[in-house]
Amino acid sequence: MDQLLHQILSGLATGGIYASVALALVMIYQATHLVNFAQGEMAMFTTYIAWALLQAGLPYWAAFAITVVGAFVLGVAIERIIVRPVENSPILAVVIVFIALLVIFNSIAGWIFTYTIKPFPSPFPAEPLFGNPYLSSHELGSMAITLVVLLLLFVFFRFTPLGLAMRAAAQNPVSSRLVGIRVGWMLALGWGLAAAIGSIAGMMVAPTVFLEPNMMGGILLYAFAGALLGGIDSPGGAVLGGFIVGVLENVVGVYVGSELKLTFALVLIVGVLVIRPSGLFGKVHVVRV
Amino acid sequence: MTTLDRRKLAGLVLVLLLACALPFFIANYRVFQMTLVLAYAIALLGLNMLTGYNGQISLGHGAFYAIGAYTAAILMDKAGLPYWATIPLAGAACFVAGFLFGLPALRLEGLYLALATFALGIAMPQILKHKSIEGWTGGVQGITILKPDAPPWTGLSQDRWLYFFTLAWMVFLFVLGWNLLRGRIGRAMVAIRDQPIAAQAMGVNTAMVKSLTFGVSALYTGIAGALGAIAVQFVAPDSFNLFLSITLLTGVVIGGLASISGAIFGALFIQFVPNVADQISKAAPWAIYGIVLIAFMYAMPTGVAGFLRLARARLVRRPSGPIPR
Amino acid sequence: MSDVASGAGPSAGPPQAGPDPLGGSTVVPDRRGAPSLLEVRGLAAQYGPTRVLHGIDFAVAGSGITTILGANGAGKTTLLRAVCNMIRTSGEVVLAGERIDGLPTETIVRRGVAHVPDGRGTFMNLSVEENLRLGAHTRKDRREIGADCDRMYAHFPRLKERRRQQAGTLSGGEQQMLAVSRALMLRPRLLLLDEPSFGLAPLIVQQLFEILKSINQADRIGMLLVEQNAAMALSLADQAYLLETGRVVMSGSAAAIRSDEQIRRSYLGY
Repeated sequence: MDQLLHQILSGLATGGIYASVALALVMIYQATHLVNFAQGEMAMFTTYIAWALLQAGLPYWAAFAITVVGAFVLGVAIERIIVRPVENSPILAVVIVFIALLVIFNSIAGWIFTYTIKPFPSPFPAEPLFGNPYLSSHELGSMAITLVVLLLLFVFFRFTPLGLAMRAAAQNPVSSRLVGIRVGWMLALGWGLAAAIGSIAGMMVAPTVFLEPNMMGGILLYAFAGALLGGIDSPGGAVLGGFIVGVLENVVGVYVGSELKLTFALVLIVGVLVIRPSGLFGKVHVVRV
Repeated sequence: MTTLDRRKLAGLVLVLLLACALPFFIANYRVFQMTLVLAYAIALLGLNMLTGYNGQISLGHGAFYAIGAYTAAILMDKAGLPYWATIPLAGAACFVAGFLFGLPALRLEGLYLALATFALGIAMPQILKHKSIEGWTGGVQGITILKPDAPPWTGLSQDRWLYFFTLAWMVFLFVLGWNLLRGRIGRAMVAIRDQPIAAQAMGVNTAMVKSLTFGVSALYTGIAGALGAIAVQFVAPDSFNLFLSITLLTGVVIGGLASISGAIFGALFIQFVPNVADQISKAAPWAIYGIVLIAFMYAMPTGVAGFLRLARARLVRRPSGPIPR
Repeated sequence: MSDVASGAGPSAGPPQAGPDPLGGSTVVPDRRGAPSLLEVRGLAAQYGPTRVLHGIDFAVAGSGITTILGANGAGKTTLLRAVCNMIRTSGEVVLAGERIDGLPTETIVRRGVAHVPDGRGTFMNLSVEENLRLGAHTRKDRREIGADCDRMYAHFPRLKERRRQQAGTLSGGEQQMLAVSRALMLRPRLLLLDEPSFGLAPLIVQQLFEILKSINQADRIGMLLVEQNAAMALSLADQAYLLETGRVVMSGSAAAIRSDEQIRRSYLGY
């Protein structure tokens, strides 16, 4: 029982990471109806940037802040420069471009930083809070950061004019233009935010799984599973889905065996897509014949 | 037969003769590399059928390559079957696997299918390493296969024999594929890709065609995997990861979607570019793939084959007469 | 009495026998006189290879109301989309003396052109209040925006009742009111309206048009109204054009056309 509680709490901590990446995926999906297959590699790459800044001697939170801002700029640049030319191309072309981005980020990281596994520091103390046996300080801290980020995003989208404009641009680009919204830039902003969120997720997960170019592959898969489970066009659903997947992953790992975790994600993804593609909270799409 | 057809046929025969002559002019190691090119070409044709002709995006075809490779390896290693018998069995196993995967895939369109196959591509190595099937698959270490000897009456080296063996399969599968794509099923595949609802309204059994296409596509890629495994003499889980699937996708894009000849261009690319790029850095081949993929999507969406077709159409002029093709 | 121009050039006002109660003859698109709010010359538009507008001319006076009439398929919606550069167009579109053709839609909007589109273009998943605030997206004066919202609620009390509701749950008439309000939140110089009467009960249409009239007179906002309902449109407008398969076949003051029974019967069906 104790084991189970530990797994659940620990699962919530990793679930927070999945929830963040899932949210990034959904943000881009809502605006473009496309899934950014390169989200994980972009997060990994920006985490390496943080590592380099730390190696250069910057204090942790300074490196963190610069990385987040840098990731934002990177996301905006990628959307404007690389994704925009294929905006209206058939799906296959866009998917291929995303896969290409995945491959490029992965290889550039390997090239510049080598494939050697590196340790990445956690900003949180090593001793668990109050000496509790369930959650390390890092797990607790990363959950807190995740929740803060999610809260900030919620406030941004619901209560600021820019957030409103971004929501509008995602839902109805034509009408958005008619109220003067520069839809293209809203899209770029979405990518920027998604990249920033991804970088935070990367920096929170790297201390646990160690920094190497392939670190985000499995995490991306879980984020997909979470986003699909919660509903690929529902941000709240995606976040919830991420947490659920985090807990399930740990529980399945204990009772079925940890070597099948990725397979479990695969089964979950295929299962959701086949049984209920709109997920728990997404909208059911009716395709007009 | 029109002039064009006869010329095309003559060209193909010439290429085939060159292919047969090739192994006698190059070193054994190069022969081995060309054998892999042939195997990849088969895999690329398989993927092309599914994605290029039928419009179903697969980011996980490496999984079928893996199933074919492991089937051949297990049959040779554990069941003692001769290498040549494993090929059709690997194909059959993959056809079933592909068809079965194609069934739930029926309900997935474009992006969602890409997602599901992406997950398959990522998860495959872990599945192959799993303890429960370790007895068969050899777990993390994989399986080593003995290189088959050429039949004594040929007097060929092992590498050269394998080359001709693979070439024979390639020619056979390409002719079969060409026939399939040209015929009713091929047209149905393309119709489903371009106008699925209209195709269904016209009586095409969309579900059956799509599942069959998945199965056939997996069959081709599986046979390629088996041939590749025999040539390489080794299968291990980590060689069949997501990047293999991406490599196959790259090959199809470069060669040209919905093109049979493109498979050969693509195969040459994915075999030799990494060899050259590897010398710069371990990461370089992937960076090149990525850049090339993007460049092709912007500038040459129809791939090398499409580009050549266009070039030929512009260069070839009829002195007079009917509409230029 | 009215010109039957086939898009060859701007039409002169009809020669009046007596005084025109609405002063329609002042609305001549004349470059030597007061500049029109909107002048369009040789506007052509196409969807893919299909040409829908064949080089038409029309104008909207300073703060007048111009209506473009025509049957289904005449090209009315296309015309408004072309003015906003939402589709492939050619020709000149001049807003208060400045060329706006070729500019991106959102830039044209920022110059003060609000478009109430065909189908209303409501942001279905956002609340009524959010829809209104989006209309003011380009404005910087936060406090005034709040005041303007209240003015819209004063015009359309039903919207105020439903301000927190999802806009997609509103009835057709309410969504139309919301669409007009959203457009007005821009504080535009020119308001484009695409068939605002479509699918609405006659009483609602009446109310809506009365509100439009009062806004036009109070705020001096020019309006370009595209309508199938000729009777209502002519009662509101100063100038009228008739569009048939992408060409202007008639133009003149609304009053004149309204009073000419022959034209009404042969062109407008009533």
